[in-house]
This record gives sequence, structure tokens and C-alpha cells, in this order.
Amino acid sequence: MSMVEVQPGLPGAPGGAMEMPAPARRRVLPGWAVFSIGMVAVIGVLSMTSYLTGQPALTSTSTMQNTVTLALPILLCGLGGIWSERSGMINIGLEGMMILGTWGAAWGGLHGGPWMSVLVGAVLGAMGGLLHAVATVTFGVNHIVSGVAINLLGAGVTKYLSTLIFAPLSDNPRDSPPVEQFDTFSAPGLSDWLGDLEAQQRVVLSDVAGILRGLVTRVSPMLLLSILLVILTYVVLWRSRFGLRLRSCGENPVASESLGVNVYLYKYLAVIASGALAGIGGAALVLGSSPSIYSEGQTANRGFIGLAAMIFGNWRPGGTLAGATLFGYSDGLRLSSGPETVHALLYSAVIVAGLLVMWQLFRRRWTGAGLAAAGAVTVYVIYFYTDELPTEFLPYTPHIITLVVLALAAQRLRPPAADGMPYRRGEGD
Amino acid sequence: MKRSSVLAPLLAIAASILLCAVVLLLSGANPIEAFAAMVDFVWDSIVDGHTTVAVDIVNRTAIYMLAALAAAIGFQMNLLNIGIEGQYRIGALVAAIVGSSIVLPAPLHWIVILIVAMIAGALWALLPAVLKVTRGVHEVLSTIMMNAIAFGLAAYLIRRDQFGILIGNNVSTEPIPDSGLVGGISLGDRGTVFGLVFLAVLAAALYGVTMNRTRFGFELKASGLSPTAAAAGGVNAKRMIVIALLASGAVAGLVGMPEILGRDHAYTLNFASGYGFAGLGIALLGRNHPVGIAFGSLLWAFLETSKAALDNVGVPREIATIMQGLIVLSVVIAYEVVKRLDQAAEQRKVGRVLSAAETDPTDPMAEAEAAK
Repeated sequence: MSMVEVQPGLPGAPGGAMEMPAPARRRVLPGWAVFSIGMVAVIGVLSMTSYLTGQPALTSTSTMQNTVTLALPILLCGLGGIWSERSGMINIGLEGMMILGTWGAAWGGLHGGPWMSVLVGAVLGAMGGLLHAVATVTFGVNHIVSGVAINLLGAGVTKYLSTLIFAPLSDNPRDSPPVEQFDTFSAPGLSDWLGDLEAQQRVVLSDVAGILRGLVTRVSPMLLLSILLVILTYVVLWRSRFGLRLRSCGENPVASESLGVNVYLYKYLAVIASGALAGIGGAALVLGSSPSIYSEGQTANRGFIGLAAMIFGNWRPGGTLAGATLFGYSDGLRLSSGPETVHALLYSAVIVAGLLVMWQLFRRRWTGAGLAAAGAVTVYVIYFYTDELPTEFLPYTPHIITLVVLALAAQRLRPPAADGMPYRRGEGD
Repeated sequence: MKRSSVLAPLLAIAASILLCAVVLLLSGANPIEAFAAMVDFVWDSIVDGHTTVAVDIVNRTAIYMLAALAAAIGFQMNLLNIGIEGQYRIGALVAAIVGSSIVLPAPLHWIVILIVAMIAGALWALLPAVLKVTRGVHEVLSTIMMNAIAFGLAAYLIRRDQFGILIGNNVSTEPIPDSGLVGGISLGDRGTVFGLVFLAVLAAALYGVTMNRTRFGFELKASGLSPTAAAAGGVNAKRMIVIALLASGAVAGLVGMPEILGRDHAYTLNFASGYGFAGLGIALLGRNHPVGIAFGSLLWAFLETSKAALDNVGVPREIATIMQGLIVLSVVIAYEVVKRLDQAAEQRKVGRVLSAAETDPTDPMAEAEAAK
């Protein structure tokens, strides 16, 4: 029972007893090349949209800064998801662990600066992870059921603790007093030069300048920490013996057991790490909001969107980073500009659908091309006959994008083969 | 009769009472005192009759039962319909809009409203169902997204340039005329029991009969227990997924109805949220059994209503949510533990029989477990 069910018979489907192992699809391009091509394509589409619709905010510095702030919690949750699901444990409880992390971050921040905030957030998130591990690994409870219970419990515990501890300080049982934020730093010369370039409003150049300036101005250590954690996740999980063993527990725990791997231990460590990452995500949320406080309902399903980012990224760190950026961008755009700018995103969708049509025609897939063309026309009609999207829907842009992405991409993904499967030591067949 | 049917609930209750007591002790309160305060709170309302606490519990129980039944229909097939939250919101909103814009004689009017609510709830579950069977998207993720979008859609539709009107300080839909309302049983100062409490009882009975006495229920449970065996028996798994999710959504659509037709008479801006998630917990608590769900709903409603009394003994009332979470966790763990005990006992039994017959004592239970 994984989050995306691969239809049997497709390449990469979890091998049933009856089917032959599918030949591994050879990667034509290395990962970094795919990433660079993707980046160029995204910037191209955005600057084209920005040029054709006259919405410079699409690639402005403030949009990028909001994107970074909002993408970090999603990214960290997505990384947490990778750790847990690579070891075969579905973690729907990320949301609850993140909520615990937000409370911990506020409490830690009140008692000793931003780094303490990150630390306490991670510890509380890890405790949520430990609970999930006890229920699922030791007692064999269904992973999703335990996750749902942890989400319930996480919300309850923080509500209770917030009433008990924050209410006397902030006169509000739902909020904490503001905590100290990280000192940010910029690259002064570079930032100014890029600012000039952005202000000139040249077609592609200014867009690139805006995006880059957003990344080098008022950088928070949180961003650096997160990037470090992405790299660390990759190195530990894919380039170390420990990671190989951990991932083997997610692919075939019985085989790992027969090779002497302590599957329970690896699953425990993975789920606890997952909780800690979600907790750091909560800390990123607290430190990134202004004023930087804990408030009830702050996570707003970001834990789930983190999971969606992980699925979008095919259970790998680089892809998860791309997914989190996409979701953070659609959220950040809403904050730094108005409904008209988000409306312009529809235009981007038309361009993307148009590219899809060409690609499908090139691959001689006529139905796919037809569907993409129909989608492009529909979205364009909506774009043409409306001036702005209803503001009530703007906060839910990431959710809608998630649905579309899942619908389009789900079958091309390959989750860990034993993701969500019950496993008990010594009972393999 | 397996041990699990008696032992597991007892174990779960013992564990959760113990855990709740620990939590209360940690927050510096006397558990017995706190529990007594909660019971007194309800008892006073029954005896003195100056507060509506007891009636509130009954009404809430009915609402929780509907939500939990919706969850249980999905659980029977191993489908986790997290989207009940969004489905009941859309169901209630659409039913309130339609109900206020049509005029029909009394019983017909509210029956139509209920049917509209069910259809709207089912339609909100349609997209996740279609995505699941055609694109393989797990229903948990798609329904979570649909929940969020439901909040946006509801906020949009209740805008004053759409269907919203201003009544006092509150934005709501047009009130439903009297013919569309369902009268309750008035108990004077003790409050009014919603008429639709009986709908919840009826739904639970129907659910019990369908699951245990019809071919459809059998196919549903069979697909949940072992999809491969069900497929071999001629059950169309994809059709069952769509039907189960739509049925779950339809029942979810009813969750908001007791409050709207019995008290609010319109969908208002402060329409209650959270019943869907409570329903998931209660269905787990009641093991998808209609009677279990009824008791689970009662317990949930008791905790939710009488938590106000905890303030009097110096405990923040939010501790009730922690208790609910702990109870669900203890229940699922207790059932898992007892299931293992049962399996071990059965394996020993099989082993004894087989060793007498000098055959290879492989464990048939491991296969049964793998199928789950």
C-alpha cells in the first residue's frame, strides 16, 4: 500500500511472483543535466508569461524570497518523507510531527535564540516520529492509521501545551509571543548589480536577475541548512553503506533480514529522522513567518504537501527540491502580488500544455497530444474570459497543482517496492 | 469466538484510561477528580435540567455516527477516505443553497435536501475515485487536497456576491423555509434533540444490514480483506473502489444535515469543522462495526462536550483532544497485539494437529497475514 499505486505490468511495477523483472530504463541524461534543462525551461516559460501578460511580479525578487521562505517547510517535510518511505514506512503523520515542531520551535526560540528553536523543533518532531515507529514497527499497526492518529495527537498536544505555556505570555492561547529570527545576510555588490538589471525590464535577462537576486539577498541560515540537509540526505541514503541498508529495508525487508540487516533498527532510525526533519520544517515555518510566532493551524496541511512534493520528486531529494519549489512558488506568488499575477499563471499553464502537445506529437502519441491540446484550449478560454481568480481560491493553488501533478505523473513514478507493507522479523516467506 | 472480540476492547480501554491518567497527573491534576468533574457536568444536566449538556451529547453522537459510518464504508475496503471533511462541507453547503431556493411540501422538501446533500458529497468524492482507478493516485493524498479545495470553494460560494447574505453579524446562505426543516424533540431547558438523530440510527442499521446481509457488502469486505481473492471470485475491483468511495462521500454529505436542518437553518460562516477527522478516529475505535461506532461516537461526544468542566479543576480543556488521540492509538495497538496473540495460539493449534499427522508444519497464518 504505497501512496502511488503502480499498475501491474508497467515497467517499474513492484514485482509480483508471476511477472518478469522489467529491464531497468537506462537514464539517457545524468541527473544534473535534467535539472539544468528543467531550470532553463521553467525560467523560459515564466519570462515568456511575464513578458506576454505584463506581470513582472512573476519573477521579481520579492516573489523569489517568498518562494524560498514558503518552500523550506515543504522541502524539509518532503525530505522527512524520503527518509521514512525509503525504509518502507509510509508517514502520513508528517503533518502532526510538523505541528509538534512549530510548538517546539517557538518554545526553544523563547529560551535561547533561533538555533535552539531549530533544535527543539527537531527534537519534538523526532518524538512524534518515535511514536509512529513504536506503533508501526513494533506493534505492526497500519502505517496510515497510525499516521492519522499522530496528526490528531500532534494537534491536541500542541493546543494543550500552547494553552498551558504560551497563553500566560501572549494573552492568547492560540499564539506564542514572537521569537528571535535568524540574522540574514546578503551578497552586497552582486545583489545591487542584479537589482539594477531587474529594474531595466529586459526580456529574459531581468527575469533571471530577479530570480537570482531573490536567492542572494537577505539569505537566512535556514536556507543554507535546508540545502545542506538535501545534500546530506542524498549522500547518506545513496552514497553510504548505511543508506544502502536503509533503502534495502524499503525494497525488500525479508532479503535485508537474510543478509543480517537489523531491519527494525533501520526503520526506527529512518522514521525518527523523518520526524526530526518534519520538526525542522515546523521551525522553518515559525522562523519564516512574520511576526515569527507559533500559531494554531499554522501548518495548514503543509506536511501533506511535503509528501506530495516527495511523490512529485519520485522519492528522491533533487526531485523533492523541485516539487517543493513549485509549491512554494505558487504560494509565494500569492503573497507578494495580487490575484492578477496568479491569474497570469494560467497563461504559463497554457504554454506548458502547448509544449506538451508538441512533445506528444513528436513521440507520435496522438491521444496524449489531443488531451493536452484540449487542456490548453480550456485553460486559455478560462484565462481569456476572467480577469482574476477569486481570492478565496488563491491559498489553495498548491493543492490544485498537486492534484494535477499527481494525475499526470503518478504512473511514471516508482515508489520503494515494500513501501507501507507490514513486516515482522522472522516471518518472511 | 476469538479472544480479540472481548480482550481487545478491554485492553484498549485500560491502556487509554492509564495513559489519560498519566497525562492528567503530568499536568498537575488529580485524574479521579478531573474525571468526576466531567461526569458530574453531564449528570447535573440530566437531573437539574438547567443546561443542555446531555442533549448536546446525544446530538453530537448522531453527527459523529454519520461521519464514522462514512469512514467505515471506506475502511471496509481498505480505502482511507480522509476527504469526509471536505465532502460534508460541500454536501451541507450545496444542500443549504438548493434547499432555500426550492419550495416543496414538508416531508418531500427535507427529503430532497438530504438527497441533494448525499449527491453533492458523493460528487466531491468522485474525482479522487476516478484518479484512483484510472491514474493510480492514492486516495489519501487526493482527498486531502480536495478537503483544502472544499474550504476554498465554500468560502467563495458564501461570498455576498454569490450565495451569501448578511444576517446580523454573520454571513450565511438564504435560510431554508420551514417546510424543509426537520423538527426535533424539545425537552424544555434541557435543549432539543435533533430529529435527524434518527437518521443516524437508521444509517447505522442500514450499514450493518448491507455489510453483513447483502452480496454487495460481502463483495466490499472481500475486496478489502483480499483483493486477489475477490478478483478471482469475479469482483470488479475498480468498480468496487468507485462505488465504495462514492457511498462514503454520500454518507459524509449527510454529516452537516442534523445541525443545518435542526438548528442553524442555513449554512453559516462558522459551520463546524473537524467532524470528518473525528469520524475517522471513531470508525477505528468502533472497528467498523455499527454498534462499536455508536459507542465510540458517544464516548467522543462525551469527551468533546464535558471537557468544559475540566476548566473548573484547573486543567486546560484541550487535554480532551490528547485523550482522543491516545484512545485511538491504544485501540489500534491493542487490536494488533491481540490479533498476534490469536494468531500465535492458532499456529500452535495447527502445529499440534499437523505434527500429529507428520506433515510439514508451515504456518498458514503467515499467508493470511500477507494477504492483508
